[in-house]
Amino acid sequence: MIVFAEVGYYEPWWIQLLKALVIFAVVFQLVPVVLLAERKLLGRFQHRYGPNRVGPYGALQPMADIGKLLFKQQFRPAGSIGWMFALAPAISMFTAVAALALVPFSDTVDIFGTQVGLYGIDPSIGVLYAFAFGGLAFYGLVLGGWASGGKYAFLGSMRAAAQLISYEIAQGLALVGVVMMAGTLSLTEIVHYQEDNLWMVVPQFVGFVIFLVAGFAETNRPPFDLPEADAELVQGYITEYGGGRFAAYFAAEYLEIIVVSALTTTLFLGGWNIPFVDPPTWVDPIVVLVKTLLLVFFFIWVRATLPRLRYDQLMALGWKVFLPVATLNALVTAILVVAI
Amino acid sequence: MPYDPGPDVVEVVRAPKGGPVRGTYRAFGETLRGMKTVMARWAEGTHTYQYPEEKTPVYPRFRGRHKLHRFEDSGLEKCVGCSLCAAACPADCIRVVAAENTPENRVSAGERYAAVYEINLSRCIFCGYCEVACPFDAITMGHDYELSDYNRSDLIFTKEMLLAEPLERTPLRSMGE
Repeated sequence: MIVFAEVGYYEPWWIQLLKALVIFAVVFQLVPVVLLAERKLLGRFQHRYGPNRVGPYGALQPMADIGKLLFKQQFRPAGSIGWMFALAPAISMFTAVAALALVPFSDTVDIFGTQVGLYGIDPSIGVLYAFAFGGLAFYGLVLGGWASGGKYAFLGSMRAAAQLISYEIAQGLALVGVVMMAGTLSLTEIVHYQEDNLWMVVPQFVGFVIFLVAGFAETNRPPFDLPEADAELVQGYITEYGGGRFAAYFAAEYLEIIVVSALTTTLFLGGWNIPFVDPPTWVDPIVVLVKTLLLVFFFIWVRATLPRLRYDQLMALGWKVFLPVATLNALVTAILVVAI
Repeated sequence: MPYDPGPDVVEVVRAPKGGPVRGTYRAFGETLRGMKTVMARWAEGTHTYQYPEEKTPVYPRFRGRHKLHRFEDSGLEKCVGCSLCAAACPADCIRVVAAENTPENRVSAGERYAAVYEINLSRCIFCGYCEVACPFDAITMGHDYELSDYNRSDLIFTKEMLLAEPLERTPLRSMGE
């Protein structure tokens, strides 16, 4: 058998299964929290309260929303392609969850004599795996818009295709610097590198900024929400979706925000490390989650601030600014890594 | 000969002004400034009324739902059934049927009284002409603005409803506000 990548599978299968369930359960619980936090924060940023009627402080609002969406009729336009229409939200959901497996919450720990790594998997091609699923993610958008058979949905999916591809390249190049400095693609190894050295955000600041901005584009968040651009395209690729499928797209979007934030935490913000403090191991997942949620807060803050870009500005920014700067960043890093 | 669009053409901004380096610096700086502004809005707190519990105060001259009045000392109705309000009403939503006062049944202070006084509030445009037309200040515009109902017929207010004190008073804006 040809081994293409070392996946770090040395645990019994039931631990693998348990880990997958726990990570999925914990992070999936974050989705409604982020949903609510976004609406509350957007409210506060606009002199409003946000939802505060359902439950204490509006805490049950996401439950009410999800309940409403799930009980709605599954509607499909006559001109749509059935199986693709149903498949597309599933792809979005699947890729978002698959990328989640990669996020290391802590190092390998000893639980009752069993060595358990507190991450889904730790393949030696870690970063590439993330990009593979990031690349697959836009199939969910493109197929969804295309299969809907509507003009606006189609325009939205065309935009999604062009935008995601152009920003994927800049995002990948922004990470090359990190990979070169750490000398590994494995995410846990990158975090270990940041234990002994400065966090990547300091030496790779340019890469950090590009990765984060490209992350906004990858997750279709404002100011890069052109695929759904509700002022121009109704809702873009999700125009024809309603009910449970819309809920799947919605949850996938928020999951992706969490995943991108968690990946940024891992790659640039030192993962489970806190400077000058060496906390016990059980704190590590909490540290990762807190850093992730801080980045999610940043996502929401940016959404409240920036207006949507025009489409040609978006393309110009991606190809004329981020791509050259990311290339230059990789080049300079390469020279410095070799020279020092 | 190429088409000349003339002076009407709007120049499209394709990049931040000031060249690549200054432009990038400015775009970055302005973005950060914008984010600071947004965060300052949070620090300012909310400017909203929690509506059903906390109502927006209205000004004293606010024209809300109509009220009919009685004399405070004798308890007689001020309305004498002259129908001037109905004549003034541009929406034609007031219906008055007058009847004679008798010594046994004395309703208003004048010779006649309004036996039927109805305002169709789904038609009313709240212009306040009825109030202006009334020679006895019998009808005035009140401050109630919560006038939704499930039936059109429920919005036809009768004399008893217009004479009754409203259950909940709308808060009035004080002079300084």
